[in-house]
Amino acid sequence: MAVTEAQIEYLEDMATHIREDVIIMLEQAGSGHSAGSLGTADIFSTLYFHVMKNDPKKPDWPERDKFVLSNAHICPVLYATLAEAGYYPKKEIATLRKLGSRLQGHPHKGALPGLEASGGPLAQGISIAAGMAMTAKIDQAKTKVYCMVGDGEMNEGQIWEALMFIGKNRLHNFTLIVDRNNIQIDGFTEDVMPLEPLKEKLTSFGFHVIEVDGHNIRRLIEAFEEPIFEKPKVLLAHTIPGKGVDFMEFKPEWHGKPPNKEEADKAIQELESLRSLGGKITCEHE
Amino acid sequence: MSNKLNSKLHLASNIIEGPEQIPTRNGYGEGVVEAGHADENVVVLCCDLTESTRNAVFKETFPDRFVEIGIAEQNMAGIGAGMAFSGKIPYISSYATFSPGRNWDQIRVSICYSMANVKIMGAHAGISVGPDGATHQAMEDIAITRCLPNLIVIVPCDYWETKKATLAIAKIKDPVYMRFGREKVPVITTEKTPFKIGKADTYRNGSDVTVIACGSLVYEALVAAEKLSTKGIDVRVINCSTIKPIDEKAIVKAAKETGAIVTAEEHQVHGGLGSAVAEVVAKNNPVPMEYVAMMDRFGESGEPDELMHKFGLDDKGIIKAVNKVLKRK
Repeated sequence: MAVTEAQIEYLEDMATHIREDVIIMLEQAGSGHSAGSLGTADIFSTLYFHVMKNDPKKPDWPERDKFVLSNAHICPVLYATLAEAGYYPKKEIATLRKLGSRLQGHPHKGALPGLEASGGPLAQGISIAAGMAMTAKIDQAKTKVYCMVGDGEMNEGQIWEALMFIGKNRLHNFTLIVDRNNIQIDGFTEDVMPLEPLKEKLTSFGFHVIEVDGHNIRRLIEAFEEPIFEKPKVLLAHTIPGKGVDFMEFKPEWHGKPPNKEEADKAIQELESLRSLGGKITCEHE
Repeated sequence: MSNKLNSKLHLASNIIEGPEQIPTRNGYGEGVVEAGHADENVVVLCCDLTESTRNAVFKETFPDRFVEIGIAEQNMAGIGAGMAFSGKIPYISSYATFSPGRNWDQIRVSICYSMANVKIMGAHAGISVGPDGATHQAMEDIAITRCLPNLIVIVPCDYWETKKATLAIAKIKDPVYMRFGREKVPVITTEKTPFKIGKADTYRNGSDVTVIACGSLVYEALVAAEKLSTKGIDVRVINCSTIKPIDEKAIVKAAKETGAIVTAEEHQVHGGLGSAVAEVVAKNNPVPMEYVAMMDRFGESGEPDELMHKFGLDDKGIIKAVNKVLKRK
């Protein structure tokens, strides 16, 4: 079904709201991961507000699609998305990482509606998502399973164990999103532990791989909706870490750092100006 | 000895004379098929060890509910969690050295932290796995699972108890770790013997000292008790098959009534049944304790019975420990 311009604008605007929430959360928490959370906001907006079958009023609805965040350290973007969607009251975003909060430093399944799995140690989420997709296949259920991994996360052997399993079982209800932002804690991914040729590797594991600009919502929708016959799908999504906040973009130091009050104010101001442009975020990949 | 055995438990009548010998893994293999018939949500995941983990019959009976993972224990733990979140009751199985050994982090976060209803089945546990040597002898698995919140840890003593435990854990929602062995071991219990998760049973009554054992050492404890009775030493024997949550009541009662405790297990001395019992005893009713276990060293290749004797995991080792603890009483 064709996507209208108005729908795209809505999703772009939602991504900006998510980014603002992320900045507020991280500034309040005083710790947490900024770059990846901002870099994937467009993907989260597209997934939760257009692609995935989900109902915030019925988080345990058996027929829902499921999303598992394997690179769980960027959970502020997931928390912000769930808040915007109405899974829990938005005022709680200020409690991130604080004592007694449902918004744990890394997700705890059961703590907050909408969280499908706990996570933190890298590569665990993809296996959990594979188990969900396998179950849906066995039960002939219509559930689709979406899982995001970070590119640095792909250093972990468990990722490739899971890819083999998903490929072997032809889990056509499984979509993997690789957040290809080229940066991990110790520097550029290709210096720390090279991944290329990544598209070829993923293809060789039996996946249909679509390379996509992770900030172009129209392209993301097309990629998510591209019909594939009996194969799992990968969106190799090129993103800019820190996207939307000029002084954070492509700066590895923002990987695991929160903004202070002054920086947060500046970031929010910048994001607000994006919204005043009608929700249009300029896209470096075009 | 028979007059000292707890008659309410319907134990095997030929315990000393020469009981039947069956590996505990057979109890799992038969139990999981029964569990599969009783509940269609039961699924089995296996890491390229279908025959030796005794999953072959399940695979044959329920081909659509058997998931081959390949040699990837970390992935198996995660897939098990994902299937549990989708309503299945997965039994994930491999050798205990690899699961829970190699995938401990996955068990900790993907399973225990999320309360995933996954049953972790550790096969070929203990030194009795024999010739493969130290790398394949899981002697630490109780320690590394006992410390995980939300996880129930069970070490059944024989074929029947393993079968009953396999069935019992399907009916509860909690994650469980259960270990079993490859070798044939004496069948101490019968189909009628009661089994309850979290309950330690007094197999033999006695008033001088208590031996609290699990797994294959329960039989050795009964043999040791019989031999000691000829020397006028009256030994109580408790089968403590649930290591966590441990039966504090039975342990405290034994400490109070017999005043000395020996623990016996096919596991390292640190972190296993002995440590679990010591925690209860120290807190509630301190009495002298001795441990029959692997004394903080790795095993080696050898025949199962040779290894059990060499490392003192037998009736002789237990008798030695009993004599020692009685001097401290």
